[in-house]
Amino acid sequence: MRYIFKTDYEQDIRIVKHGGQAFWYSALGLVLLVAPWWAGEYWLSQLSFVLVYSIAGLGLMVLAGFTGLASIGHAAFLGVGAYVEAYLSARGWPFPLSMALAAALSAAVGVVVGLPALRVKGIYLAIATLAFGFIVEEVLARWESVTKGNAGMTVAAPQLFGAELGSSEAFYFIALATCVGVTLGVINLMRSATGRAFIAIRDSEVSAQSMGIHLAGYKTLAFAVSAAVVGLAGALYAHKLRFISPDQFGILQSIDLLLLVVVGGVGSIHGAFLGAIFLITMPQLIALGKDWLPPAIGQASGLQAVVYGGVLMAFVLFEPMGLYGRWLKVRTWLQLFPFYRRGMFRRQKAFTKSERLK
Amino acid sequence: MAFVQLLISGIALGCIYALIALGFVLIYKATETVNFAQGELMMLGAFGALLLMKAAGWPFWAAAPLAVVGMMALGVGIERLVIRPILGQPQFTVVMLTIGIGYMARGLVTMVPEVGSDTNTLAVPYKDRVIDLGGAVVSVEQLAVIGATAVLCALLYAMFRYTKVGIAMQAASQNQLAAYYMGIPVRRLNGLVWGLSAGVAALAGLLLAPITFVHVNMGFIGLKAFPAAVVGGFGSLPGAIVGGLTIGLVEALAGFYLPEGFKDIAAYVVVLVMLVVRPHGLFGGNVRKKV
Amino acid sequence: MSATAPGAALLTTRGLSVRFGGVLAVNDVSFEVRRGEVFTLIGPNGAGKTTVFNLISRIYTPSAGSIVFDGVELTARPAHAIAALGIARTFQNIELFENATVLQNLLIGHHIHRGTGFWSNLFFTPATRRSELAARERAEEVIDLLDLQALRDSFVAGLPYGKRKVVELARALCAEPRLLLLDEPSSGLNVEETEDMAYWIQDIQGELGITVLMVEHDMSLVSRVSDRVLAMNQGEVLALGTPAEVQAHPGVVEAYLGSVDDVSSLRRKAP
Repeated sequence: MRYIFKTDYEQDIRIVKHGGQAFWYSALGLVLLVAPWWAGEYWLSQLSFVLVYSIAGLGLMVLAGFTGLASIGHAAFLGVGAYVEAYLSARGWPFPLSMALAAALSAAVGVVVGLPALRVKGIYLAIATLAFGFIVEEVLARWESVTKGNAGMTVAAPQLFGAELGSSEAFYFIALATCVGVTLGVINLMRSATGRAFIAIRDSEVSAQSMGIHLAGYKTLAFAVSAAVVGLAGALYAHKLRFISPDQFGILQSIDLLLLVVVGGVGSIHGAFLGAIFLITMPQLIALGKDWLPPAIGQASGLQAVVYGGVLMAFVLFEPMGLYGRWLKVRTWLQLFPFYRRGMFRRQKAFTKSERLK
Repeated sequence: MAFVQLLISGIALGCIYALIALGFVLIYKATETVNFAQGELMMLGAFGALLLMKAAGWPFWAAAPLAVVGMMALGVGIERLVIRPILGQPQFTVVMLTIGIGYMARGLVTMVPEVGSDTNTLAVPYKDRVIDLGGAVVSVEQLAVIGATAVLCALLYAMFRYTKVGIAMQAASQNQLAAYYMGIPVRRLNGLVWGLSAGVAALAGLLLAPITFVHVNMGFIGLKAFPAAVVGGFGSLPGAIVGGLTIGLVEALAGFYLPEGFKDIAAYVVVLVMLVVRPHGLFGGNVRKKV
Repeated sequence: MSATAPGAALLTTRGLSVRFGGVLAVNDVSFEVRRGEVFTLIGPNGAGKTTVFNLISRIYTPSAGSIVFDGVELTARPAHAIAALGIARTFQNIELFENATVLQNLLIGHHIHRGTGFWSNLFFTPATRRSELAARERAEEVIDLLDLQALRDSFVAGLPYGKRKVVELARALCAEPRLLLLDEPSSGLNVEETEDMAYWIQDIQGELGITVLMVEHDMSLVSRVSDRVLAMNQGEVLALGTPAEVQAHPGVVEAYLGSVDDVSSLRRKAP
C-alpha cells in the first residue's frame, strides 16, 4: 500500500500515478519496442498473439468487467472484424483504413447485439449474446459470395501506399501500435465520465438513472465500443493467421475470451493483458508437460480442456480477483513486509440478494 | 404423413431440450445459479450407462437406472464441493465455474480408454424398432423419449405438489432466509436439487443416445436448451417444457421447409424474437427490483 | 430555468395516484413544496411515502395526476432526465455503487454537469480535463461539508452502514440539485449520527439554499428541521401543516397508535 501524498487534483487524474509506475512502464515499453531484435522468430510470433488477444480481452473487459454486461458470443465480433479486414485487404485497401472500417462495422453489429440489453439483464442478456454468436457464425458460413463460406479464406498481408507489410516484424509493430492506442483509449474512457457511467450501470442501474445516466444510450455505447475494439483485434487476427474460417469464431473462441477475462481479473485493465499471456502460454506449457504424464492422459485429445477447465475452476474458487488480484496481493505483501495481514483483501461474504420478486 | 413424422421427431427432440432445460431451471429456481454444464452432465450419464454395459457387461435395464442414480450422486457431490463455497458471489462468476466444470468433464471423458474419443452406440432394447401409427412410420426411440418425458413431468409435479421435500424446495427457492427460519435445511436441499437436476440430465442422455450416439461432444446440444428455458421463462418449470417443445418443433419445421443452415440457428432466432416481444418468456414473471 | 422566488411553489403534485395490480398505493395525493423549505412526509410503513418519491424520480409512472417541477411536467419526462432538471435523491435501502470508491461515487453524482461526450473522453481532450477538475473540486466541497475526507479512496463495499448513508447524501449533493429528496435519512443511524444529519440538513437548507423534501420516521428530527409536514396513511393525505399541528392531529395519532379503544385493551391488568 503505497501512500501517495496528493497536493493537486491533477495527481488523481493522471494516468501514471507516481515515479515508480513511470519507470516500470517505460522500461516495459522499451523492451517491447526492441523485441524484434532480442526475441527471435518464435517468441515474436507469440508476443504478437498476446498483443492481439490483449486487445480482444480489453474489448470484452469494457463490456463484462466495467459495464457488467456478460457476453457469451463475443467471438462473433472477432469474426466480423477478421472477415471485413480479409475482404478489404484482398482488394488492396491500406490497412489503417480497412482496420478502421472493420472496427466501425463491428461496432454496428455490436449495437444490434446490444438491443436486447436495453430490455433484459443478467442471464437473459447472456443467452441473447449466445444466440447472436451462433447466428453470426452461421451467417459467416452461409454468405459465401463474401466470406467463401466454410471453405475458409486466405488473407493478404497488410498494405500501405502500395507496400506490402508482410513480415512478422511489420505485423508486430502494427499490433503493438494498435494495442497501445486501444489501451490508452480505454484508460481515458475509464478515468472520465463515460467510464464512470459504465461502472454505475454495472453496480446499480436504478441509482445510475437517478444520477442522470441514460441507460439505453450508455449500454449501446458499451456494446459498440466493446465490439469495435474486438473487431480491431479480429482484423489483426486475420493477418496473423493468414487463413480464416467461420469455425474459428464459434462458441469455443467466445469461451476462451471469457476465460481470458476471468483468469486475468475481471474489471481491471491489467487483467486483459495477464489473461492474454495466460491464454497463449498455457498450450505451450501443456505441450511441455505432456511427456511427463502417462500416455492415457498425456495423449488424450481432451487434455487441454481438462487443464483449462481446471484452471478456470481453480481461479473462480480460490482467486476470484484473477491473476491481477493475486499480483496485487503479492505486491502488497512485499510492500508491507512484515506487516501484511491475511485478511486484507478478503471480501465481505454477502448472501445472494435475489433480484426476483416471484 | 411425412408431416406427422416431422411433428413426432420435432416433439421428441423438443422433449430432450425440455429435459435439459428442466434441469437448469430447477437449479436456477433453487439457487439462482445458471448451470452451463447441464449438457455435459447429460453426456456423462450416457457414457456412464455405456461403460456399465460395455465394460461391466450389464444389461440395459440394470445399467440405465444405475447410471441415473450415479449421476444424481455426482450432482450432489458437485454442489457440495464446488458450488457451495462460492455462494454469494456474482452470477457471472458462478456461470464461469460451471463452464469450467463442463470443460473438465469433456476433457476427462476423452481420457477414458477405448470409448472416450469414439462415437459409440448404446445398445438400447428398442433400438431401430418402428411402429406403424395409422400409416405413419414412427421410430420407437422417439416415442420412448416422449413417453419418458411425460412420465417424468408427472412424477415431478406430484413431488412438488404432494411431498414435503417438494414443498420445502419451493419454499427455499422463493425465500431462502425465511426457509432457514422455518427449519428447512436449505443447503442440503440445494444439494438435492443439483442431484435431481443431474438425474434428469442423465435420463435425457439415455434417451438421446440412440438418436445421436454417445460421443464426447454430445453435450453441445445442451446449448440449445438455453433458448428453450428463456422462451419458457427462466424461473418456470412448465415454461421449460413448453419452451423445449417449441424449440424442437421450430427446428424440425425449419429443417424441412427452410433452406440449409436455418435449422441450426432456428432456436436462436426464436429466442431473440421472444426477448423482443416478451422479454421474460412465456411464463416468466415480471422482475423488478424494489427500491 | 425560471428563478422561482423564495416561498413560491417549486414542486407541485396534483391528484397523484398509482396502482400496482389491484393495490392503490398512492391515492389522490396533492401537495406543494415551497422553494427554500424543508418539507417532510411522515406516516406509518406502507403509507406510500417512498412510492411518492419513486413517482417523482420517474421510477414508476403514475396512473393519474401530475407532478410539476418549476413549470415542467415531470410525468412526461423519462427517468434519466430528472437529475438534469435539478432533482437529486437518496434511497431508502442504500443504492450506492459498491465496487467503486467513495470518490468515484461522488464523481458519478456530478455526471449531469460533465459537459463532454464520448469522443472527448476517449481522447481526453482539454475540455474533458477541465470537466474532470471541476467535478473533482465539487466533490471536494461536499466531502468538506460532510467530513468524508478519511473515506475518499475506500471502496463502498467495506463501509459501515452509517457511513454509507452519509455517502448517499454526499453523492446526491454532488449533483448540485435545487430539490433534494431524502428517503429516511436517519434510519439505522445512532443518536450521534442523527444529530449530525440534523445539522447537515439545516446547512443544506441554510447555506446551500437547496429545497429538501424528505421522508422520515424519527419525530424529533422531523420537529427539529422541518418547516411543514404532510402525514400520509394508506396512500392518502391525512394532514398538512407545521410539525406541531400535524403531530397533534387526531387522525395522525390514530394512524400511528390506533384508536383510543385499542390502546386501553392493550393495557396490562394490575397484578
